[in-house]
Amino acid sequence: MSAQIWTYLLVGFTFFIYILIAIVSRAGSTKEFYVAGGGVNPIANGMATAADWMSAASFLSMAGLIAFMGFSGGQYLMGWTGGYVLLALLLAPYLRKFGKFTVPDFIGERYYSKNARLVALICALFVSFTYVVGQMKGVGVAFARFLNVPFDTGVLIGIGIVFFYAVLGGMKGITYTQVAQFCVLIFAFTVPAIFISLQMTGNPVPQIGFGSKGNDGVFLLEKLNQLSVDLGFDAYTSVNKDNLVNMFFITGALMFGTAGLPHVIVRFFTVPRVKDARISAGWALLFIAILYTTAPAVAVFARTNLINTLSNAKYEDAPSWFKNWEKTGLLTFEDKNNDGKIQYVADANLNELKVDQDIIVLANPEIANLPPWVIGLVVAGGLAAALSTAAGLLLVISTSISHDLLKNYLRPDISEKGELYAARIAIAVAVVAAGLAGLNPPGFVAQVVALAFGLAASSFFPAIILGIFDKRMNREGAISGMIIGILFTASYIIHFKPQLGGTGIPDDFWWGISPEGIGTLGMLINFVVAISVSRLTTKPPKDVQELTESIRTPRGSITPKNSLH
Amino acid sequence: MSKKAQSYWKVNLKYLAILLSIWFLVSFLFGIALAESLNQFYIAGFPLGFWFAHQGSIYTFVILIFVYVFLMNKLDKKFDVDEN
Repeated sequence: MSAQIWTYLLVGFTFFIYILIAIVSRAGSTKEFYVAGGGVNPIANGMATAADWMSAASFLSMAGLIAFMGFSGGQYLMGWTGGYVLLALLLAPYLRKFGKFTVPDFIGERYYSKNARLVALICALFVSFTYVVGQMKGVGVAFARFLNVPFDTGVLIGIGIVFFYAVLGGMKGITYTQVAQFCVLIFAFTVPAIFISLQMTGNPVPQIGFGSKGNDGVFLLEKLNQLSVDLGFDAYTSVNKDNLVNMFFITGALMFGTAGLPHVIVRFFTVPRVKDARISAGWALLFIAILYTTAPAVAVFARTNLINTLSNAKYEDAPSWFKNWEKTGLLTFEDKNNDGKIQYVADANLNELKVDQDIIVLANPEIANLPPWVIGLVVAGGLAAALSTAAGLLLVISTSISHDLLKNYLRPDISEKGELYAARIAIAVAVVAAGLAGLNPPGFVAQVVALAFGLAASSFFPAIILGIFDKRMNREGAISGMIIGILFTASYIIHFKPQLGGTGIPDDFWWGISPEGIGTLGMLINFVVAISVSRLTTKPPKDVQELTESIRTPRGSITPKNSLH
Repeated sequence: MSKKAQSYWKVNLKYLAILLSIWFLVSFLFGIALAESLNQFYIAGFPLGFWFAHQGSIYTFVILIFVYVFLMNKLDKKFDVDEN
């Protein structure tokens, strides 16, 4: 059977399973719709969180990105996993004890302020919407390239599927679908990696394989370093000294951003107890780590294979995958010196080969001559990654609208049934809006993701941490910290992102910190401002101080002044 | 805050300080700031600094969370604040 037929079969089969799960786990109440009834098993929640977290970017783009960055690529590996330590230790157990549905809930009650809730609500909506548009685009691209349907149709199919199970099942349907999606995506990512590791090093564990000796008896990394240096690139494992400060800040911004992202935090409201919230973060990171420790191995295998197969090869002898990807424009060859051979070197004037980082994971099975079903599997995995992340984000958007905006702001007297109805309408509208934006994405989608992490790091993270760990923190401190943190971070990013209309140039970066890393500084500024202002203004009211105390111990119930349900 | 709750919180903060120091050490120091010096040493074919940035810090993160869960479950029982 051809790769095409395998792809249809595997994608069709996985979609059938997602829909089946959605029908079985329909939501009957707002609690089921927002937090899956609060009774999800911690291991299942860990898988769902992992699927929610690992987007099309983690699955398709990250390994390729690392393959071309070498050592510095570690910023994504550490940045997108280290945040879970912060979540498990500093946030998840306390927010679970607090026991509401959303981040704006916490901000609004801890800081006894509707304005604080509104600031949090706007941030949550902005961050989530930015993200989801990118996922919708990913779905369209995957469909278009492998199932021979037009990009638009691909996005529409994606909207249809997510619409069905998100509107029907809410968080409950999404959680159990994500468990299935996690299994699909992790299987799809590791199987090709195991095959290639066996091929290149004889070791079936990619995490060990990429440090081992290759078939020629030379350590793989040593060989790759040598190949890279010969072609004029930096050695793969060597530290880029000029970039260290920036790498430090980017890693931090991604970690603190992760711990401040609403669609990640909300997962810890879905488990029954405080101790489940702690262990659930552990399971989530364990499941995420399977992909995140395999990705750097895939990166090394792919880069080595790429150089070995293509460097100085005759163009007419290039393998069939080379020609196939050439058609998509993601891989280009320009014979500058007309010798009929492919020169792949660091010097831009002599280099004749351009490879888009996004094709590394998708092309890897073909480069390594794996059987056609593996290609189908990788496509199904990429779609699982994109759909699961999209669904989780859409839920945050709909909850923000029906719960935070409607129930707590505009129409507090709405009935439970009415709120559930509103939540369903909100998610339906959000799915369609995200799909339409995905059909016609603004050119700066990728750029805005930096903004999303930066804003989460410089707004939510300090506000929540201080709300738990600093009893003296008050409304004035938290709000001024959030606003100044956001304004600083957003201005820096916009100023230095030409795609967002900025006029700054990289030479003017503060201490060499690029916009991706500025969230770390924004976070520090937020902390300093919040603490200073709070100490100069009045203490928070007594009942809020008691609330802060009671979220610190697992046992006992919380009785906030304006109980919502 | 009662005496008991206060000393429970103090122990919790001590655990956090220790575990987060390790978190900072393996990623920001071993994986970034000190990576170049560590790259002179090798572990299973990997230059050590590179290994921390691409593998070791992630393994450590996972272990840190499970250690924290273990410590806190014990602490909850000891101070009798665990959920039933």
